[in-house]
Amino acid sequence: MLKGIVGVILAIIGAFAIGGIALHRNEPINALWLVTAGVCVYVIGYRFYAAWITARVLTVDATRATPAERLNDGRDFVPTHRWIVFGHHFAAIAGPGPLVGPTLAAQFGYLPGTLWILFGSVLGGCVQDMTILFMSTRRDGRSLGQMARDELGPFGGFAALGGTLMIMIILIAVLALVVVNAMKGSPWATFSVFATIPIALAIGLYVRNVRPGRVLEASIIGMVLLLLGVAGGGWIDQSAPLRGLFDYTGPQLAAFVIAYGWLAAIIPVWLLLAPRGYLSTFLKLGVIALLAISIIVIHPELKMPALTRFTAGNGPIFAGKVFPFVFITIACGAVSGFHALISSGTTPKLIGSEADVRLVGYGSMALESFVAIMAVIAATLLDPGVYFAINTGAGVVGADAHTAVATISSWGFPVTAEQMQQLAHRMGERTLFARTGGAPSLAVGMASIFSSTFGNTLLAAWYHFALMFEAVFILTTIDAGTRVGRFMLQDFLGHFWKPLGRTSWYPSVLLTSALIVAGWGYFLYVGVIDPNGGINILWPLFGIANQMLAAIALSVATGILIKSGKLKYAWVTGGPLAWLAIVTTVAAWQKIMSPDPALGFFAGAADLAGKLASGVLPAARAAVAPKLIFNQQLDGWLTILFTVIVWLVIADMLRVALRAARGLPTLASSEAPHVARLPVVGGSGS
Amino acid sequence: MRAAATGVAAVWRACWRALRALSGDDAYDRYRMHHLAAHPQQPPLSRKAFYVDEQRRKWGTINRCC
Repeated sequence: MLKGIVGVILAIIGAFAIGGIALHRNEPINALWLVTAGVCVYVIGYRFYAAWITARVLTVDATRATPAERLNDGRDFVPTHRWIVFGHHFAAIAGPGPLVGPTLAAQFGYLPGTLWILFGSVLGGCVQDMTILFMSTRRDGRSLGQMARDELGPFGGFAALGGTLMIMIILIAVLALVVVNAMKGSPWATFSVFATIPIALAIGLYVRNVRPGRVLEASIIGMVLLLLGVAGGGWIDQSAPLRGLFDYTGPQLAAFVIAYGWLAAIIPVWLLLAPRGYLSTFLKLGVIALLAISIIVIHPELKMPALTRFTAGNGPIFAGKVFPFVFITIACGAVSGFHALISSGTTPKLIGSEADVRLVGYGSMALESFVAIMAVIAATLLDPGVYFAINTGAGVVGADAHTAVATISSWGFPVTAEQMQQLAHRMGERTLFARTGGAPSLAVGMASIFSSTFGNTLLAAWYHFALMFEAVFILTTIDAGTRVGRFMLQDFLGHFWKPLGRTSWYPSVLLTSALIVAGWGYFLYVGVIDPNGGINILWPLFGIANQMLAAIALSVATGILIKSGKLKYAWVTGGPLAWLAIVTTVAAWQKIMSPDPALGFFAGAADLAGKLASGVLPAARAAVAPKLIFNQQLDGWLTILFTVIVWLVIADMLRVALRAARGLPTLASSEAPHVARLPVVGGSGS
Repeated sequence: MRAAATGVAAVWRACWRALRALSGDDAYDRYRMHHLAAHPQQPPLSRKAFYVDEQRRKWGTINRCC
């Protein structure tokens, strides 16, 4: 009864807040509206929709022993308190994605991104994460690829595996591009990011040799060192001879990141990756908490309009209309296919009771979605003119400040060269023009929020702290992703020649790591030399790939639901699947077929080829044009490949579902048999 | 007064335990407890060997996302 009343009150507040967000026009709206709408939507989704799904659709059974209880080995399978699992799972799923995507999508205004983040998560992303977590828990913690193979057939399994590897390569490339663009021409940022490497190494040695396993104290020491690194960067920036040592161009930084990625993948994990993982988790949770508190304390007004003229297409940050591209640009934060890989495999082995999947699966994703809402706030509290000046590539608005501000002002977002110069000076940067990738504009937004909360000084330090924070966990993703990609490749190549599959054989390690690094390094390099900033091409490709993985995960979930006789509830995962299939296909169609050179990959390649042939390109751009032409064509073919894979997996799922619905035999369910929980948790290891 | 102090101490201990569990600081203690219960005759790994092995296991699979 009380639960019902609370629900109704929350629904009214939530509806009021969403209505307020949607109807406020031509006057600035306060960030608290977004926060209120978010909290209400998540709480209602969690208390009612998620509870209904766990009770009726998944029929969660708290009396059933989980794999953690049955297979408890004290290490991999360990029944763990649900709030601790929640923390682990959230730390694993929340990367830089929910910060970057919403920042870029703010070119449409704050409204489209906000609505998609709220409704996409409670109806799609949270449901996907929870359902896959539950299904993997019922299957001894099997991975998404294994579940696809066991339940749908070899094709589904192969598609899930291949899709994972491809998305990983594109994901690493786009994140590396974000970090390179953040460091480009900024000695302060470059020093504080570079400093994270020896700090991680030192912490790695400390926690292995000096005080083995004392992770907490090592992390605290590391945090202090990271902050000193940011301060040291400021000092270096002031010193004329030293700043030259850390002042690099995009291609130089890309070469550095590529070499770093390869080295990080071949040295032992305890030396670099593990300590970096600890530091990034600490930073991440701390910054998110700090950001949430600060936004509530200063509750800034959002200066970006609800909708901009770019909803009709021709946006400067990425091309395409609001439908379907807002749904592609914001993947993490609304629906992220990658989460299905964490929800299967790692987290289910910690689940202590099936009843915990709602908190861990649905709850963690709701929190990640809230992080995405905070990124929307950080992007839209900036003057729109400033936002566009930072995020638009020089190829779009012109390379010199006066042309750029004139172009941006002509869009209806007034900004002056002096304003940009002053802002750059306050942030301790030489320039903030054309700092594409989302990280610098997010850092400006975060620095403004933090400095207004904690006193209006140290703006430049906050800015570089925010950049370092983003870089630390982007580098963690690069290290971890390259390593996992290497394992997957070794597993695959081992089928052709056994020694290549041995993860301890050093020549194979060197070779497969180099292949993975070459894969993402290629996309990174082309992104860096692209005068439009590269993000406009790479981010949509990443979005399509991530949504493709979500479509595969939701296909597996829908197939399992139908096979287990729950056809009438298949819409719970089938609905989000249909939506993602439509969005991804329409976006892919436009990226492939559009005659607009800014939007279509092949049209873009043809346009550039025409310009190159007629000799209208300046020498510098003509030199890189052949690479850009090839890259656009490659991206076009990759998009075709992704779309074909998605539809083949959906067709495979429908085939299985049809057979199941008609009572024909299908692959047997791979669900582990029911074992009742022991009255006492833990204890016996057998 | 004394009751309040014990209350604060209990909360502090709970927070500390949660922080250790969240960060993985208590992994070795948990391993030792499990080992003692499950395989009392075999010698356990040293703290250092356990840590290195544990990192290899943790980072050998996808455990970070975008």
